[in-house]
Amino acid sequence: MTVRTAELLMAIMMGAFSIYLMVKSTELPIGWIDEEGPGGGTWPFWLATIMLISCGGILFNWFLKKGPIATSNKVYIEKHVLGDVAAVAGSLIVTVGLFSFIGIYGALPLFIIFYVRFLGKHSWVLTTILAFAIPVVIFYFFEITLKIILPKGITEPLFLPLYKIFL
Amino acid sequence: MFEILGLLGQGFLVVFEPQNLLLIVGGCTLGLFIGAMPGLGSVNGVAILLPLTFLVPPTGAIIFLAAIYYGAMYGGAISSIMLGIPGASTAVATTFDGRPLAKQGMADKALIGAAVASFVGGSISVVLFTFFAPPLAHVALVFGAPEEFALMMLAFATFVGLGGDDIFKTLFSICIGLVLSAVGFDIISGEPRLVLWDITGFLHGVNFLVLAIGIYGIGEMLWTVEEHALGGGKSMLSEATVSVARTLAALRELVKTWKATVMGSFLGYFVGILPAAGATPGSLMAYGIAKQISKEPEKFGEGAIEGVCAPEAANNAASTGSMLPMLTLGIPGSPTTAILLGGMVIWGLEPGPRLFVDHSEFVWGLIASLYAANLFTLLINIAFIPVFIKVLKTPFTILAPVIFILCLIGGYAPTQDMHDVWLMIVFGIVGYLMRKLDYPLAPAVLAIVLGPLAEPAMRQSLIISEGSFMIFFERVYAGPIMIAALILLFLPLFKKVYDRIRKPQPQAE
Amino acid sequence: MYQSQHTLRKVVCALGVSAILAGMPILGHAWEPQKPVEFVVMAGKGGGADKAVRLLQSIIASENMAPVPFTPVNKPGGSGAEALVHLNGKKGDNHTIMFTLNSFYTTPLRQPGLGVDITTFTPIARMAEDTFLLWVHSDRKDINDVADFVRAARNKGSKWIMAGTGKNSEDNLLTDFLNTAYDLNMKYVPYKGGGKVAKELAGKNADSTVNNPSEQLGFYEAGTTKALAAFTDDRLPLFPKAPTFKEMGYDMVYYMQRTVVGAPGMSDEAAAYYNDLFTKVFNSPKWQEYRTKKSLQGDLLTGDALMSYWKRERDVHEVMLKKMGAIK
Repeated sequence: MTVRTAELLMAIMMGAFSIYLMVKSTELPIGWIDEEGPGGGTWPFWLATIMLISCGGILFNWFLKKGPIATSNKVYIEKHVLGDVAAVAGSLIVTVGLFSFIGIYGALPLFIIFYVRFLGKHSWVLTTILAFAIPVVIFYFFEITLKIILPKGITEPLFLPLYKIFL
Repeated sequence: MFEILGLLGQGFLVVFEPQNLLLIVGGCTLGLFIGAMPGLGSVNGVAILLPLTFLVPPTGAIIFLAAIYYGAMYGGAISSIMLGIPGASTAVATTFDGRPLAKQGMADKALIGAAVASFVGGSISVVLFTFFAPPLAHVALVFGAPEEFALMMLAFATFVGLGGDDIFKTLFSICIGLVLSAVGFDIISGEPRLVLWDITGFLHGVNFLVLAIGIYGIGEMLWTVEEHALGGGKSMLSEATVSVARTLAALRELVKTWKATVMGSFLGYFVGILPAAGATPGSLMAYGIAKQISKEPEKFGEGAIEGVCAPEAANNAASTGSMLPMLTLGIPGSPTTAILLGGMVIWGLEPGPRLFVDHSEFVWGLIASLYAANLFTLLINIAFIPVFIKVLKTPFTILAPVIFILCLIGGYAPTQDMHDVWLMIVFGIVGYLMRKLDYPLAPAVLAIVLGPLAEPAMRQSLIISEGSFMIFFERVYAGPIMIAALILLFLPLFKKVYDRIRKPQPQAE
Repeated sequence: MYQSQHTLRKVVCALGVSAILAGMPILGHAWEPQKPVEFVVMAGKGGGADKAVRLLQSIIASENMAPVPFTPVNKPGGSGAEALVHLNGKKGDNHTIMFTLNSFYTTPLRQPGLGVDITTFTPIARMAEDTFLLWVHSDRKDINDVADFVRAARNKGSKWIMAGTGKNSEDNLLTDFLNTAYDLNMKYVPYKGGGKVAKELAGKNADSTVNNPSEQLGFYEAGTTKALAAFTDDRLPLFPKAPTFKEMGYDMVYYMQRTVVGAPGMSDEAAAYYNDLFTKVFNSPKWQEYRTKKSLQGDLLTGDALMSYWKRERDVHEVMLKKMGAIK
């Protein structure tokens, strides 16, 4: 996909999102209420309209082939880059998905192992140390010092004794 | 006057007791780390540590909290400069030039600049607080909805020209930020609004931090992954060294930025005083004005040290300023002071006009500890700069997962809702894809901060005036601010038209 | 891949079960919280409810009343809708409680789509009832009682600004009340939070407010604002000169509950524990001192008594909202 094609797709997608926002805004009055000024939906409705107009402007420039992006025939995301970015973004999504299931202390070591060992190609020793040390530091800093309780999923019972000791 | 100085002196005597000094050093250091975490700011630090303060007497408690407050304010600058992720809304403006400086291998210069500017801002604001508290409290009191809206217009106006070259994309970015800020709840009609796809997580709106960490944290990191193609463990977030010689050189250069720093300090203090405004608009306006008064405005955004000093001076000055409405009116000027207010209630102190009279030792103890915290934060910072630089030298493939993890937790911590973490990832990925197409994203982040302040103020004013826009021009304070905003807003346009008329330029195509 | 995940799940489950067994109290002992208790606040940071929660938290912590910390989490979205939905989703959870106001009644009534039935929630303890008074600026030397107020407000018609916290809120109910009772046409301007409202009056950006005493206390003590009348049954000890609307012949009595509520389906043992805990907190000198200082009314209510209070109050609010036209 070229940058030019991506520009077109992004503008269309954002235009569609603008329309959705406009429709959603009409759940509240979007007109002028007498002696009160604009209704609750006015502000987002007209801003979403400007968003739509801007998308129209971007499309207009695209058809006229104006500007460096609209004329660029470079590849939008190059293949080797795509692999890296997708691996990183994908691993993040999986990690967050695991938060609610095996909890943050189950998901983080897996993420660290994946990133440090398989993306970063560091040694297993370093990977293991990090996979163990980072969650421990996080537990100390966030849960013990700041009392921000992080999601544990099914690993929650494991932490009950720790709460007893530290909190 | 002498009475005030005497009270302040007594305050200082209290602060410099050994136990209290220890609390300051501990508080500053802890605050520094809290502030440096993306997603955690002074609000979290102060809120979460509030219960700890029951272990020490109220004076010690307030000293500790002031130290955390200042430490966290500066800590925000650290993540802004080193990672490009603003830890709190007050540090957004610092990323604009702090991040480019770090990328050019001058993270040490940016960090020193931020530390010194913060110190100057803090010092000037404490002096202003000491001598001009009562008349300024009056200004804060009469500042109503029309004035607030005028001020927000001024903040927007100082930011014209921040976006990219593509006017449509800049406009899109501003508007999407404003619309996202409208999500959740309409305060005027009391109805839920724009609950996207009827997901209940949107009921609490789109938190500024979610967008900022998404775009600047996740998005920026994906961008770095692309630039370095993972780099086999070699590439770094930025290259930097630190040495005594470099530090001295940086300090010498800072002298030249005094104008921006002093301007930022005064501006930040006055904006900070106004209830509801707080430090964020102050630091944004300071950045905008620093750019406009600079001899080399084109350097802004590319790594101008004034672009770091002005907002940092302003946000520290504003944090002192926002103490004023809290202490004298019981109105918090920022979320952090809102928590402090809660703390005062717990300690049995009633904020309000009588506080200065009934509990002057508390007020001046607080001021003195703010000042001491300011000084210690500067010293601790300078001592820590080599450590921060060392961190930046960690291989990217080790640093990156750590930053990602901090982003995820930072998205979760403020609301403790997984919805926000997911939303942050969406913003990160979409932001990355948009950035590749040259959509400027900073305007969206600014808009989401200013939107919730501007819209209710506008609508409250219009209800009062029964729909007449003249209310923004008729009032003593609102009028001049609004006119200044309009002039600033249209100045670039007039200039362009004027230039066109003076010397018609040949058509580009 | 799938297989290994499955095994992992089994291992984790096994570990979990053993940990539960290890952490379980010996039979016969009363229930106690095992992990930090999430204390949801139905309002934003710094408001009256938030301050009260932080005080409650501090009393529990400093008097060592509970083995675990209580961590406040603010969920102000949608006039409490966010908090109600959150708590409603925590069915059977013994570690989530919430501090609630009158939006506890009005928000589910106005938004039936939320699917929240407050009678399913676990009643824990009503810690107080906050009161409302009618306030004007002290510089209005011409206004010294309700009759003066009515005269002045009637003269100004819709230019008379009444500031309050949000539309269809408690303040809005009372403003409508005054408008109808005295045939006034005051303009209601919603602001975010009671502190802001109090400041608008002190800064003369509003002509009158119906603040809680805690919100106006600072200005009142400094002589900036004055209270004309109270929406209570009896005169408040802190404001002996302000007559009640009741004694003037108007049926305007309105309180704001300050109540601790538990997730729906909380176990009886846990509910009993929290009842007991908040009874202790209620009787602590610190809470009593706070009640006196902020002119809070209302006795301690727990269990079934609290539930029947909720049902009564919800019906009252339903009638009020219907009168306002906020619901059908």
